[in-house]
Order: sequence, then C-alpha cells, then structure tokens
Amino acid sequence: MKPYVRFPRWFGLALIALALLLLPHLLTQVGTAWVRIANFAILFIFLSLGLNIVVGMAGLLDLGYVAFYAVGAYVWALLASPHFGLHMPFWAILPLGALLACIAGAVLGAPTLRLRGDYLAIVTLGFGEIVRIFMNNLSSPFNITNGPKGITRIDGMNVAGMNFSATDTFLGIPFSGPTKYYYVLLLLLLLVIVVNLRLQNSRIGRAWVAIREDELAAKAAGINTRNVKLLAFAMGASFGGIAGGMFAAMQGFVSPESFVLHESIMILAMVVLGGMGNVWGVIAGALLLSFVPELLRYTVEPAQKALFGKMLIEPEVLRMLLFGMALVLMMRFRPAGLWPESRHKREMSEMKEEAA
Amino acid sequence: MRPTIKLVSVSVAAAVLMMGCGKEEPPPAPVVQAPPPPPQPMIVKIGHVAPLTGGIAHLGKDNENGARLAIDEANAAGIQIGGKPVTFEIVAEDDQSDPKVGNTVAQKLVDAKVVGIVGHLNSGTTIPASAIYNQAGLPMISGSATNPALTEQGFAGVFRVVGRDDQQGPAVANYLVATAKPKTVAIIDDATAYGEGLANEVEKTLKAAGVKVLPREKGTDKTADWKAVLTKIKGKKPDAVFYGGMDATGGPLLKQARELKIGAVFSFGDGACTDKMAELAGEAAEGLVCSQAGIPVQAAGAKFVEGYKAKYNIDPILYAPFTYDSVKLLIAAMQKADSIDPAAYLPALKAIDYTGASGNIQFDEKGDRKDAEMTIFTLTAGKITPLAIIKGGKSLTLDEYAALSAPAAPEAATAAEPAKPAEAPAKQ
Amino acid sequence: MDIFLQQIINGLTTGSVYAIVALGYTMVYGVIQLINFAHGEVVMIGAMTAFTVIMAVVGLGLPLPPALIVLLGVLAAIPVCMAIGYTLERVAYRPLRHAPRLAPLITAIGMSIILQHVALLIWGRDPRAFPQIMENTSFAIGGAAISSVQIAIISMSVILMAALTWFVYRTRFGIAMRATAENVHVAGLMGIDANRVIAGTFIIAAGLGAVAGVMVGTYYGIAHYTMGFILGLKAFSAAVLGGIGNLAGAMLGGLLLGLVEALGAGYIGDFTDLCRWPVVSGMLSERCADGGHVVLFGSNYQDVFAFAVLILVLVFRPSGLLGERVSERA
Repeated sequence: MKPYVRFPRWFGLALIALALLLLPHLLTQVGTAWVRIANFAILFIFLSLGLNIVVGMAGLLDLGYVAFYAVGAYVWALLASPHFGLHMPFWAILPLGALLACIAGAVLGAPTLRLRGDYLAIVTLGFGEIVRIFMNNLSSPFNITNGPKGITRIDGMNVAGMNFSATDTFLGIPFSGPTKYYYVLLLLLLLVIVVNLRLQNSRIGRAWVAIREDELAAKAAGINTRNVKLLAFAMGASFGGIAGGMFAAMQGFVSPESFVLHESIMILAMVVLGGMGNVWGVIAGALLLSFVPELLRYTVEPAQKALFGKMLIEPEVLRMLLFGMALVLMMRFRPAGLWPESRHKREMSEMKEEAA
Repeated sequence: MRPTIKLVSVSVAAAVLMMGCGKEEPPPAPVVQAPPPPPQPMIVKIGHVAPLTGGIAHLGKDNENGARLAIDEANAAGIQIGGKPVTFEIVAEDDQSDPKVGNTVAQKLVDAKVVGIVGHLNSGTTIPASAIYNQAGLPMISGSATNPALTEQGFAGVFRVVGRDDQQGPAVANYLVATAKPKTVAIIDDATAYGEGLANEVEKTLKAAGVKVLPREKGTDKTADWKAVLTKIKGKKPDAVFYGGMDATGGPLLKQARELKIGAVFSFGDGACTDKMAELAGEAAEGLVCSQAGIPVQAAGAKFVEGYKAKYNIDPILYAPFTYDSVKLLIAAMQKADSIDPAAYLPALKAIDYTGASGNIQFDEKGDRKDAEMTIFTLTAGKITPLAIIKGGKSLTLDEYAALSAPAAPEAATAAEPAKPAEAPAKQ
Repeated sequence: MDIFLQQIINGLTTGSVYAIVALGYTMVYGVIQLINFAHGEVVMIGAMTAFTVIMAVVGLGLPLPPALIVLLGVLAAIPVCMAIGYTLERVAYRPLRHAPRLAPLITAIGMSIILQHVALLIWGRDPRAFPQIMENTSFAIGGAAISSVQIAIISMSVILMAALTWFVYRTRFGIAMRATAENVHVAGLMGIDANRVIAGTFIIAAGLGAVAGVMVGTYYGIAHYTMGFILGLKAFSAAVLGGIGNLAGAMLGGLLLGLVEALGAGYIGDFTDLCRWPVVSGMLSERCADGGHVVLFGSNYQDVFAFAVLILVLVFRPSGLLGERVSERA
C-alpha cells in the first residue's frame, strides 16, 4: 500500500528549512500583511509553548499568562523608547524582559502552590488582570507606564546598524521590515523549540508530568513538588517575556489593551486545541488559531457574495461565528486536541473513573 | 517515533506552504483590478478602519456608514480624475479596537493598494497603524482619534478632522467655569486613552482657573455600576462633575448620580455627547452639558444628516460627519491634484480649504484641524441642543456663528436654512 | 456615616446580582465539576430578551402596572435562557463529559463567542436602554438612599436563594442532583438518570441567569451584547470566593465581592492619599500644596481590591470560604 520511498533524514529537514526560509518571500507576493500574520503566529507559538509548560506539562491551569507577555513588552518599551529617553540595545533588554517575566512567574507561583484546578485558574486570572490594571493606571500619581495612552515610538530591533523597520535590499531581493523580523523570530523559534523538546524528555519534564498525573505520588517518589512547580511557572513565564519583547519591537507601540484576559484565553485555546503537553501539537494549535481568523477575514466576504450574491451576515460577525463554531467542533471531534501527547491517552481512560 | 515526527513535520511544512498558496487566490482579484487603467471607470480604493465588533462597535459602524455615504455621493457625482471617470470603492476593515489587529488590517489595506485611509476610530489603534501608513506613503485622516500624540509623531501624511483633546478639554472646562462657576469639581474617567486624556486636559484648565479639583475617580469602559464612586464623590459635595468616557458608560453614570441625589452640574466630552444619553439616562440626562469637537449638524450638515437618514434609516450617532468629511477631503484633494497617486495629491490635501458637514476644514503643519470649532451642547427634552460654538477662544451662539460664516462657506449657508432639503440631497 | 451606609447598600445590591449569577456557576460545578464559561452570555441573552418583550409591551400602551410588565419580561426570558442552557449542555458539554478536563473549557469559550455574535445580529451593536417604567422611589435610611429597585433586587436574591436551597434539599430532583454530585456511578445504580439530572441543572442555572439578566438590565437601565463577559467573570470570582459548588458560598461570595468593591472604591483612595501621610506629604510638599492630592490607589484599582481579597482568601483557605476541603481532584 504505502509507497515506501525512503528519503534520507536530512532531506526532509532541508526541505522544511528551505520552505521556512522562502516563506516570507512567497507571502509577500500575496501581501505583506501575511508576513505580519506569520510573525504573530510565531509569537503565539512562543506564548503557547510557554503556557504549555505550565498547563500541558505540569497540569497547572493558568488563566493569567498574558501578564508575562505584558512584562516582556513593557520592559522593552520602557528601556528602548523616548518615554524615559532610554535606548538600550536589544541584546540587553530581550533577556532582561525574559528574566523579569521569569521572576514574575515565580512570584505568582509562590502563593498558589497549595491551590488546585479551578481555584488556581481564578487566582492566575486575577493576577493577570491585576498586572494589566497596574499597567493601565501607573500614569498617576507618578508616570511610569504612561497609562492607557501606551508607549509610542518604541525602538525596533537594530542589529549592526541595520534598522528592522525599514526595507533593505540584499542580492536584489527586497527585505521588508516584517520579513526581517520573520527571520529573527524564526531563529528564536528554533531555539525555543529545541529547549522545549529537551525539557519534555528531561528529568524536570518528567517531574512535571508526574505532578500533573498525581501530585501525592510524585511527592512520595521524592520529587520536590514545590520547587518543581515554581520552576514550571518561571520557565513558562520567561517564554512569555521573550514574546512580549518581540511584540513591542515589532509593533513600535504597547498599551494595556493588548494584554487583556481574552488574550490569555486565546493562548490557552491554542494549547488545548493543539494537544496539551505535546510540543508539536501546541505549535499546530498556535498556527491554526493564528491563521484561521485571518483566513476568514479574507474569505468570508467574497465567499458570501459568491454563494448568495449579496451579504447576508456582516463579514466580521460571520467571521467570529465561524471561529466560535470551529472551537466547538474541534473539541467535539478531537477532545484531546489535534495532536495529543501519547501519555494523555492513558489519562483519558482514568478520566472516566474520576468524573464519578 | 522519530520517523513519525519527521513525517508529520514535513506535512506541517507542506500545509503551511499550501496555506500560503491557498491564500493567493482571494487577494489577487482586487490587486489585479486596481492598478491597470482600463478604458472604463478607474477604480480607486479608499480604506476605512473602525472596530465593528466589541464594546464600541456601534460607533465603529457609525463611522463606516459616514464614509460609505461619502463614497456613494462621490460616485453619483461622476467625478473625473486625470481625464478618466472614476469609481470609488471602500475597503472596510474591523480592527476590534485591538492595536495588534489594527496593524494587521493596516497592512492589509496597504497590500490592497488603497490610495488613502480614513480611520481608525480609537487613538490606541490609530497611532501604531499610522506608522505603517506613513511607511507606505499613504495619507490617513482620522475622524475620531483625539489623542494629541497622533499628530505629534511627525508623520507627513497623518491628518485628523476632529479636534484634539487639548482643544476640546479647555473649551468645555472654560464654559463650565464661566457658566456654572463651580468651586469644587470632581473628575471621573473611564481609564482609556480617550477618557483619561480628555479628563486630564479638563483638569489642567480648571486648575488654571483656580477651581479645586477632587482626586480623580475612575471606572472602566465597561463599567455599569458607578454607585461606589459616585457615593464617594457625593460625600465631598462638588458643584460640578466632569466625565471623560463614552455614552454607554456615561448614561448609567448620570442616571445613578441622580438616583443618589447628587445635584451637581454634569458635563461630558464628545464620546458621551449624543442623543443616546437621553435614552440611557432618562430624565436624569436633562441639563447635561457636553461638548463636541466640531460644529453642530444644525449649523452645517443638514445635507449630510438627510442623506444619512435616507440611506441607513437611522440617525448618525457621533463621528459619522467626520469620517464622511474625511472621505470627501481625500477625494477633493485627488481632484485638485488631478491624480490618485498619494505622493501627488498629498500636497493638495495639506493645503486644502474645504467646507463639509463638520464645518470648514484646513490643516495646520502637524495635520491637525486648524482653528477647530468646538460646540457646547445641553440636553433638553431628550435632545442635545447647541448652546455655544467656541471658535478662536470666543464663545458664539448658533446665530452669531451662522452670520459669521455664511458668506465664506456656501455649503454651510445652504444647509443652515432649516429642514427643507427633503429628498434632493439624499439622491444627489 | 450616611456615606458609609450608602456604600454598604451599594455593595449589597451589586453583590446580590453577583450572587444570583454565581449560583448558576456553582450549581453546574457542584454537579459535574465544570465551569460553564458561557453562563455570562446566558445572562446577557436573558437581559436582551426581557428588553425586547418589555419594549413591545410598553409599545402596546396597555395600562398595566410596571411591575407586571417587568414580570412579563422575566417570564419571557426564563424559557429562552433555559432553552439555551439545555442546548449548551447537549451540544457543547455532554459529548465531552469524558474528555480531558480542559476540553469543555474551550467549547465553552467557543459557545460564548457564538452566543455573543448571535446577540449582535439580533439586537445590534448599540447599547440598548431599558425603558424606565419601574417607579424608582427612594427611601431614606439614616441619611442614605435606597431605591425600590434596589430593595427588589436584594429581596429577590434572598427569595431565589431560599427557593433554591429548598429545591436542592427537599425535592426529589434536588436529591437526585446531590446524589449525582456525590457520585455519578452510584447515583446511576440507584436509578437516577444522570443525563437528565445534569441537563436539568443546566436548565435551572440558565433560568436563574435569566432572572439575573433582567435584574441587571432594570437596575442599570442598559443592556449590551458584550455585558455578559465582565458580569460572568465577577460572578465566577464570587462563586470561587465562597467555595465553588456550595450554594450558600455563592451567596456569601457574591455579597462579599460587592461589598469589597464598593468599600474599596469608596475608601482606599483616601487612605492612600500620600498628602495625608505625615512624613511623605512633607517630601511631596510641592504637589500637596493648595489641597493637592497624590492618591496611590484610587477607584481605578477597584478590581484589584476585589482580586486581591480573592487571592488572599484562597491562599489561606484554598477551597474558598465555605468550600469543603478538596479531595485530590485537580
């Protein structure tokens, strides 16, 4: 049955690498907007992989993840914009953002160690909202974040004198701002994926899964559950910090509006939809939920016109309706996610007992 | 295990690639249409962005309606540019009031080869998007982003036809000081860029006039329950209260204030200066003092209002006259420069002198409206009625203003004669 | 003092509304340990339906007493919301009952997006103003004002709470609910149809949501298609604060949350005004001069106060105020 042609391993990898390298140029042919969308998709991969460590691997339901994204973004914005007149280089502020997000993760983790399941969810949700409200209100009495007005004219990335927001031409090929960011993000993505894959099968990774499956047993097996849980929060948060920094650089503008609860929920949806605990599944989920709404943005209007000859439902409303339905149907038919972690199958059978 | 991962990742890459290719189909259609100059009407695209879903979607739709009306009227007028007949087309996008989405749709408009943009609604999405338009060399006119920072960025193609917060705030504050003569004023805002920005300007002016201002109270743009904040204010017995925010939150605020028997004069900014206030706050809305950035429709835009009602069967809510004017401005500049090339008509836009539904429009060097008029309204018998027009620091009544501007502005003059122009302007 | 009393009244009214919505969350959670994230949207649809009916009845111009018109609105909203509650259970939750725990969360998010945008299509984007037909007479208690609508809301929530408690502890269906909550399998062996009980729970919760929706609508005089989200969030917090799954806990949590919000917004701003602090005000003399204020945490931090109390309570009582000591279920 199977056409059993065996390609060498490097061939497949090279093909993927080539495709990923060419992607922004192909997308530019369609429209630069798609390069931007691809960039955001990669940002959301960072975010969902970070959340995956907390929710997917360690089984701690976190609804305030966007707070760490905000920390990363504001660190970049405050240290590289005219707001305080600071213009620090990216290699200093990106790691700093990750570090501060990491600390914020541990700070959130510490008081919540005793909480489980839904109680943890509401506390993390509250934490996320608190961070956002502070960002929104720290313009008075002392102006730190510039409040709801946000911070404008943030420096973009600048590597060796190359400005990332302008278009440059190399070897006769134009590289627009978004395209250049794409390559930076791709590089970071590679790093993030490698770290995540290593984590998944490391001692720590297995300790997380052990806590997720049965905290008491994990404790009995000699795992220091407190430290391991804190580590999950801290590591997960640092990915959010990196994503936040890149977000600030790409947008050139941050304001608290970008870090609302809805964003946390979307990231969680990416993790769950893709397949909790499985790095590749989570990536698939992030790609899907980043691209589907945008695809709908482009297709809903023409499709309706073609089908009915006129607009029956306004395109932006229909887009949201279809998106909602996609979430429901996806979970209906693949409740463990598109690409579940193999271990989850076992858990599912236990779930039946436990639901009792 | 390994081979599966590899296989799947290949298929992911393939899927991504296919997505890329699949996406190619929808957009090319418009892209192909736009640039080549066919013998028949040349299609000129104008972008419009506002939130069409979310909390202030009703205002977003109002903006879009205004822009669409202007496009329809321009098409009906049979405009020729560069010797060719032109059909204008609107490319309307939804930014969901989210800066990230705002940037994506901004890029989408650039890709779609629009020649100019009207929007966005919120300052929070307009400011980041303006950098993208600026890079693409496209002029943009916002009909509702009032935050001063927008035009302080130094972008050549950024304009707004609405007054800035630092023009409107002083206008309403000075009016308040002159009429209500308050000793103590409480200021509330909705913790948005708009509400806080406007409230700050009001506070500045009041303090300069020697009025005591209570510590700022805040809600959010979704607050329905203002009682706690209002009760606190009641304890401090202010003579007047100013609220910077939108009608959906301002209505309940006013209603609850009167329920708590707060007798102070209430005044709102343009976001809550709509007839909707009477509906939302009922009798409590009577006597409200509020300001709009522009001249009242009674003074200029009767033709616009009639057209709007005829087309949509509803009243314009708030910024529709401004987006309507913005589209007209873009088109007028193109006509003047006899070109749809943004680089060619941008100088004409900068130098424009045009009278539209919101009064006479000229731009200063930053792209702000020159000498923008502000109107102070009061709410009586369920309708907002203009009390005074503030122009060049002077407060004029409606009649004085009409007398002043009648000879200069022909369109304003025709429109000022009351309620006759039945269906003529609607068709036009 | 009158101001303080007024804040208490404000807090109790808001808290009562939170409590009724929280009951919806807690009932469903009690039976199947699932957070019905779409419950806020059910409340919104309740408000919107009542709005339509009340407008229509007012439009007819019949000389009906206002209370009766509102009652008609409630009676219309209840079946509509119940139908939605049932549909939610059948379409979004029942097929996922044995799925991983987070799967129903995602369907709930999907359903709330759908419900919101269906409401947008039906009722439009405008905030809808509830007609003010209820005569809003104020009564003075010790210098504070309490309106008839506030009295109605507070007493309504007490009545509903009592009725629900009676229902759960005294009726056959209530006993079946508790049995199912205790153990689905054993309940099944005792001849209880778990599917029926769970569907019934959703329907009752949605009915309560409808009443809450009308309460919110008449109290604030406004309904909007996005109103369900914040309300749901607050009520969910209230349910967790009281101990999710516990009826009395939902009531307590709701009232407490309402009070914290009102008193927090009312007083913390004054306490954290640096100009009132002896040493600090000297350092800030420039800004404090002439009756200036340097308020650290004003009413803009209202939600932060609420969440901070929630977090503090949960840190010391990890299963809420009245929640049972949790088993190992995560």
